[in-house]
Amino acid sequence: MTTAIEIKNVSKWFGDFKALDDVSLTTSQGEKVVICGPSGSGKSTLVRCINRLEIHQKGTIKVRGIELTDHDSSVSEIRSEVGMVFQQFNLFPHLTVLQNLTLGPTKALGLSQKDANERAFKLLERVRIPEQANKKPGHLSGGQQQRVAIARSLCMEPKIMLFDEPTSALDPEMISEVLDVIVDLANEGMTMVVVTHEMGFARKVADRMVFMDEGKIIEMGKPKDFFDSPKTERCKLFLNQILQH
Amino acid sequence: MKKHFLILVFLLIFLSGCSSQPGAWGWYVIDPTTKGGYNNVMFLLSGFSATIQLSLLAAFFSIILGLVVALPGMSSNYWVRLPSRTYIEFIRAVPLLPMMFWIFYGLPVILKSMGLNIPIDPFWGAVVTLAISDSAFTAEIYRAGIQSIHKGQREAAQTIGLTSFQTMRYVILPQAIKRILPPLANQFIYIVKMSAFASVIGMQELMRRANEVVVSEYRPLEVYTFLIFEYLILVLIISQAVRWLERKMGSDESRG
Ligand SMILES: Nc1ncnc2c1ncn2[C@@H]1O[C@H](COP(=O)(O)OP(=O)(O)O)[C@@H](O)[C@H]1O
Ligand SMILES: [Mg+2]
Repeated sequence: MTTAIEIKNVSKWFGDFKALDDVSLTTSQGEKVVICGPSGSGKSTLVRCINRLEIHQKGTIKVRGIELTDHDSSVSEIRSEVGMVFQQFNLFPHLTVLQNLTLGPTKALGLSQKDANERAFKLLERVRIPEQANKKPGHLSGGQQQRVAIARSLCMEPKIMLFDEPTSALDPEMISEVLDVIVDLANEGMTMVVVTHEMGFARKVADRMVFMDEGKIIEMGKPKDFFDSPKTERCKLFLNQILQH
Repeated sequence: MKKHFLILVFLLIFLSGCSSQPGAWGWYVIDPTTKGGYNNVMFLLSGFSATIQLSLLAAFFSIILGLVVALPGMSSNYWVRLPSRTYIEFIRAVPLLPMMFWIFYGLPVILKSMGLNIPIDPFWGAVVTLAISDSAFTAEIYRAGIQSIHKGQREAAQTIGLTSFQTMRYVILPQAIKRILPPLANQFIYIVKMSAFASVIGMQELMRRANEVVVSEYRPLEVYTFLIFEYLILVLIISQAVRWLERKMGSDESRG
């Protein structure tokens, strides 16, 4: 089994505040890891460290064998392998959906506009919104915007996908259309790290569950064990709260 | 705008009414129905071309220089940021007139000592001074506009592999431009007004022409009143254009 992401004893501070406290987590290729935990527990920070949107101060992070260091080359190498989907979509509002998708391939990968368009339309079909290609993101619903954001990441043909609460900013009726796309992606064998509180989804796709609190990984395990018999009190409490909703 | 022009017209009528009272006003100096008055008016009006050329060129260079200064000024690296911040603080602190004298009379001395025989004429001396002096303000306008773009935009651009230059060029600037252009255009009004200082190094623009007519006719009140209206009209036209631009940018934004 090949290692995809290797996080070893990573700590991160914002000023005096310790957001990540000696976190270690190794995932293998094709594995789907779902991270949950209360708000402020460091889930976003951990995921953002993996593609260096945040810089960790202690420990090591390796992505597909490349260690994240201050060297720009290692950062750009990892960014080309790792896609990311944000809670707030972060689509480019001044560009059309199609242009959102082709910007990366044409500018960063050097594809011709024609090839990039072709690739983009394939992905828009995959996320089921080819008819929106020439609209600006502001004219789409939240669920459509998030699917465009997923397609935009996939356009770079990443080997690993990171999702940071991809459905938390969505109206309830739009959550499933986005989760369905992510499930498809999981079934195709994509390596994924997903931060989410959608436990039904987690049961379906997760190979491994991770529970975080106060910057630490508190509990980690197979979904069945994790949901049916959590070992720690904190995790039990959290799951009870979440599942009541 | 109509209101402004109405007030202008009333003011003119009022002022010309004063001319019938002996002693106070002598509008004959700019009365276009007389030969002398006509010549004076044409002489005064001919300053427009230099003032406008001067202002446009200075604004052009200031817009470029401002961006060149602003970009490193937003770096997260202190040593990259430092020169730009220093430049902005320094240039903002120096009054325009001393800077103009320094560039017109002082800079050629430095250039000569370096073996460069580049003469600085009043026109380019004024353009360079106005551009440099204004660039500190344009740089701050760029910074405000760029920093108003949500940081998620930069992060999204980074995660699809864009370099920081590409991020700026394709993602940040196209969005920031809507918030940059109106204040930038507004800044043009300051350049037009400051261009009057070019008269002291011999640039034949509106101010200088007015001075020359005053010296030969001894009618400062009438000539300077005329001069003020010349600037007023110029500025009113620009501010009208700025408002049009603001409306256009604003409506673009709401359309997403
Ligand atoms: N840029 C930042 N500066 C200061 N504190 C931050 C920053 N980002 C996150 N934090 C803090 O770090 C902690 C963990 O944040 P985060 O990783 O976003 O948590 P989660 O995603 O689990 O809700 C929070 O207490 C948050 O306030
Ligand atoms: Mg978060």
